[in-house]
Amino acid sequence: MMRAKAFQKIYCRLTNITKATCTLEATGVGYEEMAYVQGRAAQVVKIAGNKVTLQVFEGTEGLRSDAEVIFTGKAPWLPLSDHMSGRFFDAFGQPIDGLPAVEGREFPIGGPSVNPVRRKQPSELIATGIAGIDLNNTLVSGQKIPFFTDPDQPYNQVLALIALRARVDKIILGGMGLTRDDYLFFKHTFEQGYGQSKIIGFINTTDKSPVERLLIPDMALAAAEYFAVEKNEKVLVLLTDMTQYANALSIVSNRMDQIPSKDSMPGSLYSDLAKIYEKAVQFPDGGNITILAVTTLSGGDITHAIPDNTGYITEGQLFLRRSPEVNKVIIDPFRSLSRLKQLVIGKVTRKDHPQVMNAAIRLYADAANSKTKLENGFELSDYDRRVLRFAEDYSRDILAIDVNLETEEMLDETWKLFSKYMTRDEVGIKQEFTDMYWKEKQPA
Amino acid sequence: MENITIISKGKVTAIVGNLVEAVSDGPLIQNGICFFQHEGKEIMGEVIKTEGNKAFAQVFETTRGFRGGMEVHFSGSMLEVSLGPGLLTRNFDGLQNDLDKMEGVFLEPGARTFPLDKASVWPFTPLVKSGDAVEAGDWLGEVPEYHLRHKIMVPFKWEGSYEVAWIAGKGEYRITDTIVRLTNAAGEEMAVTMIQTWPVKLPITRYREKRRPGKLFETGVRVIDTMNPILEGGTGFIPGPFGSGKTVLQHALAKQAAADVVIIAACGERANEVVEIFTEFPHLDDPHTGRKLVERTVIIANTSNMPVAAREASVYTAMTIAEYYRSMGLRTLLLADSTSRWAQALREMSNRMEELPGPDAFPMDLSAIIASYYSRAGYALLNNGKSGSITFIGTVSPAGGNLLEPVTEATKKVARCFFALSQNRADSKRYPAIDPIDSYSKYLEYHEFIGFAAREIGSSWIDKVDFVKNFLIRGQEVNEQINILGDDGVPVAYHEIFWKAELIDFAILQQDAFDAIDSNTPLKRQKYMLEKVIEVVNTEFGFDDFNRVRDYFKRIINLFKQMNYSEFKSEKFRDYESQLHHLITEKITA
Repeated sequence: MMRAKAFQKIYCRLTNITKATCTLEATGVGYEEMAYVQGRAAQVVKIAGNKVTLQVFEGTEGLRSDAEVIFTGKAPWLPLSDHMSGRFFDAFGQPIDGLPAVEGREFPIGGPSVNPVRRKQPSELIATGIAGIDLNNTLVSGQKIPFFTDPDQPYNQVLALIALRARVDKIILGGMGLTRDDYLFFKHTFEQGYGQSKIIGFINTTDKSPVERLLIPDMALAAAEYFAVEKNEKVLVLLTDMTQYANALSIVSNRMDQIPSKDSMPGSLYSDLAKIYEKAVQFPDGGNITILAVTTLSGGDITHAIPDNTGYITEGQLFLRRSPEVNKVIIDPFRSLSRLKQLVIGKVTRKDHPQVMNAAIRLYADAANSKTKLENGFELSDYDRRVLRFAEDYSRDILAIDVNLETEEMLDETWKLFSKYMTRDEVGIKQEFTDMYWKEKQPA
Repeated sequence: MENITIISKGKVTAIVGNLVEAVSDGPLIQNGICFFQHEGKEIMGEVIKTEGNKAFAQVFETTRGFRGGMEVHFSGSMLEVSLGPGLLTRNFDGLQNDLDKMEGVFLEPGARTFPLDKASVWPFTPLVKSGDAVEAGDWLGEVPEYHLRHKIMVPFKWEGSYEVAWIAGKGEYRITDTIVRLTNAAGEEMAVTMIQTWPVKLPITRYREKRRPGKLFETGVRVIDTMNPILEGGTGFIPGPFGSGKTVLQHALAKQAAADVVIIAACGERANEVVEIFTEFPHLDDPHTGRKLVERTVIIANTSNMPVAAREASVYTAMTIAEYYRSMGLRTLLLADSTSRWAQALREMSNRMEELPGPDAFPMDLSAIIASYYSRAGYALLNNGKSGSITFIGTVSPAGGNLLEPVTEATKKVARCFFALSQNRADSKRYPAIDPIDSYSKYLEYHEFIGFAAREIGSSWIDKVDFVKNFLIRGQEVNEQINILGDDGVPVAYHEIFWKAELIDFAILQQDAFDAIDSNTPLKRQKYMLEKVIEVVNTEFGFDDFNRVRDYFKRIINLFKQMNYSEFKSEKFRDYESQLHHLITEKITA
């Protein structure tokens, strides 16, 4: 971003300073215009008569009441070009990797939405090798889906793993409230995986102001739109952690004296999040944007306003948890869901996929009931015992994050487990598929 | 919106979000439309509050770049839609812009397109003759619009009675051509074309009276038609946490319901869900007419990333179009997904206006707004003795899945059917996840429907439905006992009750929305299967071991499922049926 030019009008009298905003008298200012207050980036959030209120991204600590204020005359923008590949930037688009700034065409961030009739229906499967995704919650390009995870789960590692395996043209990482350690983890993982070709990062680390991170998703998605629209590329956007983003929203709305709704979040939380997630799209000319996000939960509580609103916006969610039986991280088959999987399973993948997936999850649910019975001290039936053993094998050999299989292998493995522990009636799959795939009874 | 008169002009004085304050030099209209003159474009807004010469407007698009002192033009009309032949198959935004006519991939601020097609010609047939007395809403003539005869009516806005002075003969006309001239009581002649306009926030009430619904509105979804029926002109709502299958259920209703016209208001929801409809409906057949689904469908798309203020407009636009088709004596189905997003849009605006908030920061009059909206649906007897209906089903997205929140509570007071989606059922993939015990249809108690069911479905239909509902409750009670006391802590007969309830669940309640056959069950087939299930439930099997009960019923359930997946009364179907019969006689005679 730029500094003052010679002809620009400079103001130097702030009438009001709060923790996040300052107010001054100015004219001819546009709503959402960017400005610099004492060299700090700021944005117009309110105009009332000739009083203009600015949100100061880097915070107002140490701001002088005679601070120099320069208006840029435009909404926030980002210079975009091919040279961004392999580079890491801060929330304002400045390099943080020690290399020189990137020249490029300036694009406004947070731009208009895609006309829904111009969207194409997503239809390309993105394989990850993880059964919790490919088998049970298939990821489709143009989809938006978050990981719902407690902070102690290795969500950033899983995100990086998927990014490395996914066959896409660009990966754009939007890091919000990322620890410096996690930023360096991502940087090193991607450098080893791709060299300098595929990855672009927009990073707000925890040592920076929380309000700054409000710019990160718009920056990352403006870059994604550039590559998907101008270059027809397949872009995967990783946003971690959206809970930190939402918390920053609540800080700002609180300081703007807005009436909070559920969980101290602004009433506009749903629309604010939707504006970001709905940037996921399949464009008519082949380019697409897929968003894989992280929403950290507190104690697994998904009724909190942040995961709750997210769930209503995104096309499913992936629950990350540790399975105590096999001591491995899995994607929970119960609460996880990919809404777009219907577009590819049984169509792009093998015909038996939908039924195998549902039957396995039903048995896994039966196992959970049997486990409750066991814990309550009841005697287990033969069925209980078989279904429990099925669930254990299923978790360890298919669901665990560290298992890497092709989708067909996942289906075959599941049929093996069905045949090993169950009868055809108990599995309850359409007869044409059991006739085709049922394995001979193996010694259980 | 056409032919708009500007009644005053003003200057912008304040901007926060999409609430803009302006000072006007003349009169203002509450809910009047205004146009902000921004960089050569006109950005539309609606006056939602006035204070002296100060207007507070919600802007339907982004206010980025708005400046103090900017010019604004206030119009003399409220938000109106254009009504005429050619609405079917179209995809509109919340303000009735035709999205397909918009240029480019992105929605540019200020872009507006006319909702109908002025160039195409329609073969018109008159229905009245010179000298006939008519009034607003009366049918003057008709043109074919796909499968239906689209009525050209006396404009709804016209008060009083008229005499037909002249009517065009049978022939082809454009929608802007004068096809009728009417004379009013004062002797003035007025021209009628095929288009008329109507302000969306006001209901169209040009019918004789509204009646209590009585006829079943078939949806092909068993847990609705059989267990919790909705009627022609009835209202229902679907609350459910995310991931419980609201959208899949709404799409099933849009595809299968026995309606002449289906209007879908995608209000603040995911764009890809609308894309699914855009993509699939042109190829899917309407199960009732055999024509393409798109031909009976109108979509109002204001997805979650489209301007928040236009969300409110989108549900009213959809309702007005539904009322227009109802006035032609048609059965319309209006689906709104989701009314919670509309309520949230109201909350955002109320918050910016610094109004005192009600529960959960929603505006105080939320429940009145919801009630008056639902009351626009219904079964109407038209002036000519024909009838038309709007069946309305809205979804609600309760925060945290908690049904004790303001939008759900306000809706529950007005909607007659409650299709509660349950997280537990969704988790165990028991779809559709409509909870059989919490859900209800008040129509089961309507004597109009009881009479209809006895006449059209079967003499003891309601008794059968009650029987199955009660059995499900018993099944649940017994299940709780088994969970507390253990499998062998209860009599074996308890297991039989539990598994019979499971059979009802698997064979009737659960339905595979993605299977070509199972997804849509015509009422005749529903009746056949319900009676078949009741037969099994009423059979005394007399097991001696609870493990056998489960194994046995798993086989029965599997056969029922295979039957559901087979063409009705096909050879395959008959084969599974005879296997079932065999399994039962074998057990009873053993």
